[in-house]
Amino acid sequence: MAKPKLALYWAASCGGCEIAVLDVQEKILDVANAFDIVFWPVAMDFKYADVRKMEDKSIDLCLFNGSIRNSENAEIAHLLRAKSKALVAFGSCALEGGIPGLANLTTKQEILEFVYRGSPSTVVTDGGVFPQQHTKVPEGEIEIPEMWETVKSLDQVVEVDYYIPGCPPVPNQIWGVIEYILSGKPLPPKGSVIGAGVKTCCDECKRERKEKKLKQFFRPYEIETKPSECLLDQGIVCMGPATRDGCGALCPAANMPCRGCYGLPPNVMDQGAKMVSALSSVIDAHEPAEIERILDQISDPMGTFYRFSLAHSILRRVEKS
Amino acid sequence: MAFEPKIIGFLCNWCSYTGADLAGVSRIKSAPNVRVIRTMCSGRVDPSFILKAFQIGADGVIVMGCHLGDCHYQEGNYKTIRRIPFLKRLVKGFGIDPRRLRLEWVSASEGDRFARIVNEFTEEIRSLGPLKLQVHTELRKTIHEPVEVV
Ligand code: SF4
Ligand code: SF4
Ligand code: FES
Repeated sequence: MAKPKLALYWAASCGGCEIAVLDVQEKILDVANAFDIVFWPVAMDFKYADVRKMEDKSIDLCLFNGSIRNSENAEIAHLLRAKSKALVAFGSCALEGGIPGLANLTTKQEILEFVYRGSPSTVVTDGGVFPQQHTKVPEGEIEIPEMWETVKSLDQVVEVDYYIPGCPPVPNQIWGVIEYILSGKPLPPKGSVIGAGVKTCCDECKRERKEKKLKQFFRPYEIETKPSECLLDQGIVCMGPATRDGCGALCPAANMPCRGCYGLPPNVMDQGAKMVSALSSVIDAHEPAEIERILDQISDPMGTFYRFSLAHSILRRVEKS
Repeated sequence: MAFEPKIIGFLCNWCSYTGADLAGVSRIKSAPNVRVIRTMCSGRVDPSFILKAFQIGADGVIVMGCHLGDCHYQEGNYKTIRRIPFLKRLVKGFGIDPRRLRLEWVSASEGDRFARIVNEFTEEIRSLGPLKLQVHTELRKTIHEPVEVV
C-alpha cells in the first residue's frame, strides 16, 4: 500500500511549530517512515510549482502553521486546501492568529512606520522607503507579496478540517495525533479540536486553589510566589481559567502564569470576555472607586488576554479611525 | 435616512424587566430603540454577549439589574458592578467609545426611571452616531467554527 502523503507548511509564523514537530525526537523517523512527505519548505527542497502539479486532494494530511497576513500566505492556504484531504490548523497562529495577530492592535501603516522609520535601531536611508510591492531592476520587475491590514486565522480564509492548538503544540500531543491517524481509526468529526483536552488549563494545573478574594494584582516579577498555590490566588493574572487544557499546565509548573496559548476552552467565545468574567468574580470590592483602583493594576489587558487570540476574538481587531 | 440607534438591552427578570413592563402598562412613552433581552440576573450577562452584540451591529448596549442589595440571587449584581467597568476598559481597548456600554439599576416599581434611562441612552448613542466596525463587514467571516468531541 502506498504511504499516506504528508505536507507541512509555515505561513506567518516564527518557526516554533516546525521545531515542535522535530521535538517528537527520534519518533520523527517513524513519521518519515510512515508518511511520504511531499512538501515541507523548512526542511526539504520542494517548490510551490511542485504542489501546483499535484492532483486535487492528493495530500492526505497537511499540517499548516502560521497566520494569514499577506497575499502569499493566502495563496498557499488556498492551494494546500485544494490539494489536501485533511487540512489542519496547526498551532496558535493558524488556529487564532497567534502572536502575529497582535498586529491587529494597530494598523499596517503604523507597523511600517515603526519598522522602517521609527524604531530606535532603524537607520533611515533614502527617506525611509517602505517595501514596494513592485520594483524595477535591470533584469525586469520583481514582485513581493502584499502585506495585509489585518491578520487572519487560517479558518477565516479557507475551510479547515481540524485544529491543533498551542504555541507551539506540545510534542506528546503532536505524536498522539500522528499515532491516532496511523492507527487507521475513524477520524473525529470535521472541525474538531484535536491534540488537546475539553476542559481548562486550571483542571490540569497541580497548584492548589482556594477561594479567591483579590484586592491587589501583581506582575510576575513583583512578588515571590508560593510554589504550590494557585498563581491567580496570589494576585498574578493567570490565563488558566480562559484557556484549553492539553499542555499539562507547563507554565504554572515553571512558576509562570499561563499566557493562554491553548486557546479557547469549549463553549467559550472570547478569551478576553472570559477573563473579564473570571477576574470580576474574584475581585474583592463593592465600591466603584475601589473597583477602578484594583482594575488599574491589571496591566495591558488587551495584550494579556488576547496575546494569542486577538485575530479570532469576537471583534477581531482594534478599530483605528 | 436619519440614523436610528440600534440598542441591545439586557434586563434582569426580577427587577428591570418588570420595571420595563410597568413602564409599558403605565403607558409611559419611551424611545423604541432598545431591543430587550431578558436574563435571569444581571450577573448572567456574560461579557461575550456584549461583545457579540457589538459584533453583529449594536450601536449601544445597556445592562439593567436590581439595585445593589436587591438581587434575587444576593450577589449577582455585585459581579455586574465589577464586570461592566472592566469590560468598558476592553471595549475602549478595541477602539469603541466606552459610553456605548452602560449599566443601570432599575427596580420593578421604577417604570418612569426605566423610560428616562432608555430615552437618555438613546439620545447619547444618537449623538455618538452609528458604530462602524470592520468586523461588521469583511472580517466577519469564519468558514468553520471548531466543534467539540468528548
Ligand atoms: S489560575 Fe493558573 S495557577 Fe491557578 S489553577 Fe489555573 S492555571 Fe493553575
Ligand atoms: S500553561 Fe498556558 S501558555 Fe503555558 S503552554 Fe500551557 S496553555 Fe500555553
Ligand atoms: S436578579 Fe436582578 S440583578 Fe440579579
